[in-house]
Amino acid sequence: MSDRKFSVIGTDQVRKEAPDKARGEAIYADDIRLPRMLHGRIKRSDYAHARIISIDTSAAEALPGVKAVVVGSEAPQRYGIVPQAPTETAMAIDKVRYHGEPIAAVAATDPDIAEKALDLIEVEYEPLPVYVNPHDAIAEGAVSLHEDNKYGNIAYQARQEFGEVDKALEESHLVIEKTFKTSYVNHVFMEPHSAVARFDDNGDLRMWSSTQVPHYLHTMLSKVMDMPMAKIHVTVPNVGGGFGGKGEASNNELIAALLSRKARRPVKVIYSRREVFLQHRGRHPIEMKIRMGVDKEGYLTAIDYDGLMDGGAYGAWGIIILFYTAAMLHLPYKIKNVRFFGRRIYTNKPTCGPMRGLGGVQPRFALESMMDELAIKLGMSPYELKLKNAIDKKHVTVSGVHVRHSEYKKCLEEVVSESGYLNKHGKLPFGKGVGLAGGYYISGTAYTLYMSYKPHSTALIRLDSESGVTLQCGATDIGQGSNMVLAMMCAEKLGLPYESVHVISGDTKNAPFDLGSFASRVTVAAGSAVCEAADKLIEQILPIAGVALGCRADQLAVGNGEIYSIYEKEIRMPFWEAVEKYIAAHGPLSATGSYTPPRRTGDFKGGNVGHSPTYGFTAHVAEVDIDTETGEIKVVNYNEAGDCGQPINPLSVEGQVEGSIVMAMGQALYEEIKMTPDGRLMNPNLHDYKVPTMRDIPNIKTLAVDSYDEDSPFGAKEAGEGPIQPTIPAILNAIYDAIGVRFTEMPVTPEKVLAALEAKGQE
Amino acid sequence: MKKIITLNINGDDYDLAIKPTDFLVDIVRDTVGLTGTKKGCNIGDCGACTVLVDGKPILSCLTLAMSVVGKKVKTIEGVANGPELDTVQKAFIDKGAIQCGFCTPGMILSTTALLERNPSPTEEEIKHGLAGNICRCTGYVKIIDAVKHAAEVKTKEGSDVR
Repeated sequence: MSDRKFSVIGTDQVRKEAPDKARGEAIYADDIRLPRMLHGRIKRSDYAHARIISIDTSAAEALPGVKAVVVGSEAPQRYGIVPQAPTETAMAIDKVRYHGEPIAAVAATDPDIAEKALDLIEVEYEPLPVYVNPHDAIAEGAVSLHEDNKYGNIAYQARQEFGEVDKALEESHLVIEKTFKTSYVNHVFMEPHSAVARFDDNGDLRMWSSTQVPHYLHTMLSKVMDMPMAKIHVTVPNVGGGFGGKGEASNNELIAALLSRKARRPVKVIYSRREVFLQHRGRHPIEMKIRMGVDKEGYLTAIDYDGLMDGGAYGAWGIIILFYTAAMLHLPYKIKNVRFFGRRIYTNKPTCGPMRGLGGVQPRFALESMMDELAIKLGMSPYELKLKNAIDKKHVTVSGVHVRHSEYKKCLEEVVSESGYLNKHGKLPFGKGVGLAGGYYISGTAYTLYMSYKPHSTALIRLDSESGVTLQCGATDIGQGSNMVLAMMCAEKLGLPYESVHVISGDTKNAPFDLGSFASRVTVAAGSAVCEAADKLIEQILPIAGVALGCRADQLAVGNGEIYSIYEKEIRMPFWEAVEKYIAAHGPLSATGSYTPPRRTGDFKGGNVGHSPTYGFTAHVAEVDIDTETGEIKVVNYNEAGDCGQPINPLSVEGQVEGSIVMAMGQALYEEIKMTPDGRLMNPNLHDYKVPTMRDIPNIKTLAVDSYDEDSPFGAKEAGEGPIQPTIPAILNAIYDAIGVRFTEMPVTPEKVLAALEAKGQE
Repeated sequence: MKKIITLNINGDDYDLAIKPTDFLVDIVRDTVGLTGTKKGCNIGDCGACTVLVDGKPILSCLTLAMSVVGKKVKTIEGVANGPELDTVQKAFIDKGAIQCGFCTPGMILSTTALLERNPSPTEEEIKHGLAGNICRCTGYVKIIDAVKHAAEVKTKEGSDVR
């Protein structure tokens, strides 16, 4: 990044929507009010697993103020983010599979009337055995949640093997085997899901929703509503966070559309916080049995992984996440022998799905903990072992994943030097400790669930001497700042100020196609599309400017709002004057750009998954202080060094990294959804489900290592999901350093610390 | 049975027909139409619905609208001085403390109240003062930066005026 001169890229720009947000004037889906709008509420099941014998909605329909009631059988079309295997319907039809599953819905003139109507809906059930534990769900004789699933309650199962794992483990100097368990956690974005639907007399559906993926929602609406896509228009207003949880169609969106069509009035359906936990799609709890070996020098020899994923009631993103856990075993270390066995199990609980850093966080926790242990057993610093095994600047994994650019070693070196890790590890008094962990993530995905070969991202830029620069792109700003990133890239390319770029995004009619905001894909994919469109515009303008200036177009460049000769300073003209001339001569000036990632695949099951145009890397050091009397763990200092390529907006990169660290700290120490044996959530609220508050956070220092990916737009890579990967193991390795206890389950609560200290004392 | 009451919100009087059981958050959002006050949990855990009543931060999802009759309610829409953003708002914008923005109104009002009672808070005092407002995007670091910055600017502005 050092020898490149940018005027916009690499500067701390302020987001354009920030003042509206600071004034309370930014519109989110729940802030939308339409004339004659009704309020929809959802009747949810009283059983976690039961057959529906009958549903009687007559009393609800008769209640004054109720304008429409819908039940599952009115929308029998199954949907799902994986189009080959749809498992869900808008509401349950003949069976419920988790406690709180939607069964029916009511639209009324007032939310209180809608609530009252829900109580009048009579549902008769025939209860079935409830499985809240994947082991029970796959035990002999268990009742299948999905009767048409071929393998009982095993939703998916897969094996992959590379190299000679058994031989490598046999020949290893040291092999350890451990079982790790991760917890059932939710994204807890602050804005509950909200959607407003409106049908007009042309039969056209308009939807405003808090989604990360307007184009996926568009296709799901088309399927469930059984209507052509061209008659549906999805718009995303401001979104109050997503983290993956708004990464597929949710019941409230489909129900709002169904109610609106039936009542022929606009309908809003918002979730309570409890309903957010029921919609869920949070991180899969995985029980991971792993063997890992090293040779005498500390080089990793093999990984043998067996993961049992608790998937919850439906398919959702499950198969993709299963294969991501497989892919994530191969990086960021060089390893030649890898075996993966994974199963995703249906259980009677809210469905697990994509959550920030999907597929990576669970195996990362286990692998980084095991490497810590292997190093200590070898009498080596965990830093030395990790650095020895870290991939170089370019790497191809045994599974065929190409890493075109990595500064992972730099991340390790710089975080260790910044944190003083080597002076502290193994040297602090009992109760205090430091832990190191590394990680990485994809910057987009080469494989699309959209099942289409069209480009993954597209952009349209219009230049107009009256309306200025309009950048239209389907990428969706869910609060991560993608509008700002794309506007900055566009401004840099056109040599104009960031403020001059007006972005229209997250809209299926007013912006061209983009897959959506997930997989840390927007900066590279949508950014590439924007750069291509901007380059085309410059190609169109320069010849006109050349004529006006009496100069060859290939000697001209743009910058500072001007077009100028790269050889003679005095040959120059205002950018907008050239645009005006172009429009006068040729008519409207616009250009499109698109991006399709390099298509790679492996000749094995799941071989599509894990390939990305490029990858972000990160390394963390956590320092903890444990009160051995109370068991309370305080993370006091936290250092991160990240390789996100060239930071487009350094302030935003810091925000992404800091947010990732604190979110993962919550999973490491506090957060867990608890369930009763009959499948009810015990803590679907923010009182009993504990997320970190401001008082819990450590002193966090992040830094971006010098990095530039030549093949990425402005050298940039992801920054929002890599940094969540190493936090849990960094903290748990620090706990080991502090008290000599290696926790293999989370959250590590004070009770667990005290129990472990007591057990240790008795040894 | 609804009653007619008058609420003073951001300096303006609103005559409103409300039920005694109506919560302030719903009256402010749905009846008055000031949707800047956010609902994140509706049971007093997240702080997104924070408003000021006579200068003190309260959770409007737990406060009956009837109980604030005769008091001065300030919502996020009342923080700026017309076209001029308040120091706290500017600090949140400039320091990168706003990502998705859903917690922002509550955070800004809690900060306003904090700086009113303690113009130069320490980091610990900031963390204590804003512990009731949950943010899931930022990891809080930039919010603390913004509060510190706002305190500095306000102190400087105060001494310039004197």
